[in-house]
Amino acid sequence: MNYPEPEPLIFEHSRPGRVAVPLPESDAGAPGLDECIPASMLREEPADLPEVGQLDLVRHFVRLSQMNMSVDTHFYPLGSCTMKYNPKVNDWASELPGMARIHPYQPDETLQGALALLHSLENALAAVSGFDAISLQPAAGAHGEFLGLLLIRSYHKHHEPDGERLEILIPDSAHGTNPASAALCGFKSVQVNSDEFGFVDLEDLCSKLGPQTAGMMITNPNTLGLFDQNIVRAAAMIHEAGGLLYMDGANFNAIVGQCLPAEFGIDVMHFNLHKTFSTPHGGGGPGSGPVGVVSRLEPFLPVPRVVEEDGVYRLDSDLPLSVGRVRSFMGNFGILVRAYTYIMMHGPEGIRRISENAVLNANYIMAKLKDAYDLPYDVPCMHECVFSADRQKKGGVRALEIAKKLLDLGFHAPTIYFPLIVHEALMIEPTETESKETLDSFIDAMLQIAQEVEENPAAFENLPQSMPVGRLDEVKAARELQLCWRA
Amino acid sequence: MPYVQNTDEDRDAMLAAIGAPSVAALFESIPAEIRFTGELDLPKALSEPEMMAHAQELSAANESLDSKICFAGGGMYDHYIPPVVDFISGRSEFYTSYTPYQAEASQGNLQVFYEYQSLICQLTGMEVANASLYDGATALAEAVLMAQNIVRQDAVAISAGVHPEYIQTIRTYVQYLDAPLSDIALENGVTSHESLASALQSDSPPRVVVVQQPNFYGGIEDLESLAQLAHGAGALLVVSANPIALALLKSPGECGADIVSGEAQCLGIPPALGGPGLGMLATRDKHVRKIPGRIVGQTRHERGDRAYVLTLQTREQHIKRERATSNICTNHALLALRATVYLSALGKQGLRKVAALCTQKAHQLAALLKQGGVEPVSSSSYFNEFVIDCGKPATGVVTDLLEKGFLAGVPLGQFDESRANELLVCATEQRTQKQIQDFAAALTDVIE
Repeated sequence: MNYPEPEPLIFEHSRPGRVAVPLPESDAGAPGLDECIPASMLREEPADLPEVGQLDLVRHFVRLSQMNMSVDTHFYPLGSCTMKYNPKVNDWASELPGMARIHPYQPDETLQGALALLHSLENALAAVSGFDAISLQPAAGAHGEFLGLLLIRSYHKHHEPDGERLEILIPDSAHGTNPASAALCGFKSVQVNSDEFGFVDLEDLCSKLGPQTAGMMITNPNTLGLFDQNIVRAAAMIHEAGGLLYMDGANFNAIVGQCLPAEFGIDVMHFNLHKTFSTPHGGGGPGSGPVGVVSRLEPFLPVPRVVEEDGVYRLDSDLPLSVGRVRSFMGNFGILVRAYTYIMMHGPEGIRRISENAVLNANYIMAKLKDAYDLPYDVPCMHECVFSADRQKKGGVRALEIAKKLLDLGFHAPTIYFPLIVHEALMIEPTETESKETLDSFIDAMLQIAQEVEENPAAFENLPQSMPVGRLDEVKAARELQLCWRA
Repeated sequence: MPYVQNTDEDRDAMLAAIGAPSVAALFESIPAEIRFTGELDLPKALSEPEMMAHAQELSAANESLDSKICFAGGGMYDHYIPPVVDFISGRSEFYTSYTPYQAEASQGNLQVFYEYQSLICQLTGMEVANASLYDGATALAEAVLMAQNIVRQDAVAISAGVHPEYIQTIRTYVQYLDAPLSDIALENGVTSHESLASALQSDSPPRVVVVQQPNFYGGIEDLESLAQLAHGAGALLVVSANPIALALLKSPGECGADIVSGEAQCLGIPPALGGPGLGMLATRDKHVRKIPGRIVGQTRHERGDRAYVLTLQTREQHIKRERATSNICTNHALLALRATVYLSALGKQGLRKVAALCTQKAHQLAALLKQGGVEPVSSSSYFNEFVIDCGKPATGVVTDLLEKGFLAGVPLGQFDESRANELLVCATEQRTQKQIQDFAAALTDVIE
């Protein structure tokens, strides 16, 4: 992974006249362009796209790929991201012609396989969550979150047309998307305190509930990787006040098959298929964020929905109370296929083993590192453990330096500086697909780092050393914006 | 259990290190009354070969574009995808990597996004692009929100030529934001300048104008005039564009657009029932701090050379929270990579050639249909698709043509009951002369 020079930009490989892919000529007797479109509407100059030969093209992108860490090459314990193995057979299934080469506007009768898959996936997600209905439309977790809040807003508008339920309660430990999503729905965010374990502070919750409450957003397990002990009580209180409870399903990998969110008071939840259900992260997307709801929210789900009658599937958009469309067509189908095949290969037992092993692996790491690193919450964790590098910071080495050192040691760093309520946070989520040997090598690296902090903190300057690049000047990037190549 | 590598031995060793008696003991934090101890209502697990057979069955229960020759467009297109695109995007290090939070470990992705942003700027004629959004519809909704933010006003006028599903998506996005939406009618297949002018002079004029290029019905809009009209009234022009068409057409940037969005599935991404797609968003430098989503910038690193990093993150939700420009966390990274490889593979001449072939083939098709007595319903100029009147329900025409081996087009009745006899027909560079001739003959036959 060590290159002496940076890989040039594709534009820098360009030379006039080079061609990567030979294309056919125009048909005999084809009209000239000027016969088809008036010259005034046409570009005078072609767009200045690069002109490269196929070898240079391939070499450029293959070299770039070699500058990435990835699950297939490295242990990637990013907390709350669930970087589990992406099964190749799922990719294979999504690439079948009857899955990849189908047009969304084909008549329903020519899409019975695809519609059956969508319907079955909805049933499967309902089965693992307890919800009454599922929408597969949202393209990502944040998109699912936005939908969840739209559903809450529409529900209240329908049931209390003169009501003023415009407040959404959000824990202080929440991810920034939560208040951003709330604002998109015209809600005001009101912060609810967490207790010292990051659980909802019930007293504070009580003081903030009222006729103005539309609902609450909660992440469970919370961003500390702990199952909120107050969630059942909090749900009851919110419902009593007339509100609805939305759960961010980012950490679902910890509890899938062990408890059903719909049964502990959640009214609406989003799933992250690219986390819990193994669809590949692709460098940051595409993912998929389906939403599960209890029956009272079902009428508001977005269109279109898949309907089944006597084994025949069709799309239905005739849903008068629907919040509307949240995107074009019907969801990130290519991703939905992968989640479907993943679930089909797990079955009821396999699903439970996911959370069991995810939680086991995280607790193992926690047990092995708790003497060397500060553990803000010395209780069994769920699928991720959160350490603080406060002790190391006293020795002059912060979570940031530890992260960069891990890169040099051949591991992708865990999540750092999140959750905000832990100083110098290191959030480690191994997932269930790692072998014990991998966990042990990571543990050894972390212990080695802790020792080196004590013996030789100067070794943590100017890291990383063995990546294709050293530390980047982020301040310069923001101050001297260069966001687009120009000739 | 698939993919879990822990053996019983491993588990025992780990439990011993933890000091827990069993794995079940690790779940004691879940209150007993809500523990699920039953059996999940899922089919029994399939083995890998069984699942592959099942997937094949489901796949075979669909008619694919390999079995039905595609003359349907409407936002998703059957274009040529060079195998290098699959080859590169299938590389593990691209496929299974994550968001570039550790920039030193993600230079591959970051440089790809920078190249992608640059290519989108070139096609759209704009100065800055983000690293992609989910799809054309949500990208347009984000563009509208962004425009409202820039002018600090909410009234939006949307051309009836914008994709109906995109219009629906915008409506969903702004339904609780007190944003008055109005329509601008079409005249002869393109946005009526008269209607727009009159809307801009009304008592509560829109300050954001939205059009599509080419529009949903295939018509090529006169973006320059629309931009002039909008700007003359202090409004911004948002254009949702087809990036392949932009290889031929005057760029929205050149014509004065303020924000350009669009669906970039046509750039090397299979149609896959419409998703995942690739939303593009580009604008002028002066609006860069209002742009949603990820942006990659060039900088230097410690050893002195050029490097790439996510930048301007203060716009984003994890910093600004409820004052963020949007709630979007992700980009469609792998598909932005595909588009980058596609555009680099086709290049300056190749993309133009693809666009020219699309234009020629669509016009050849129209000429053959005209010979058979079927003409496009509007006389506006078009790129790769146009609307014909079948004289009877278009859904029936599509069904009849399926039997002859063609996916004939997009029946418009599903968007507008008054257009139930109309069919949106598309020809891309993939359609051979023979396919076009056979289709034209079959279509005119069925319509008669």
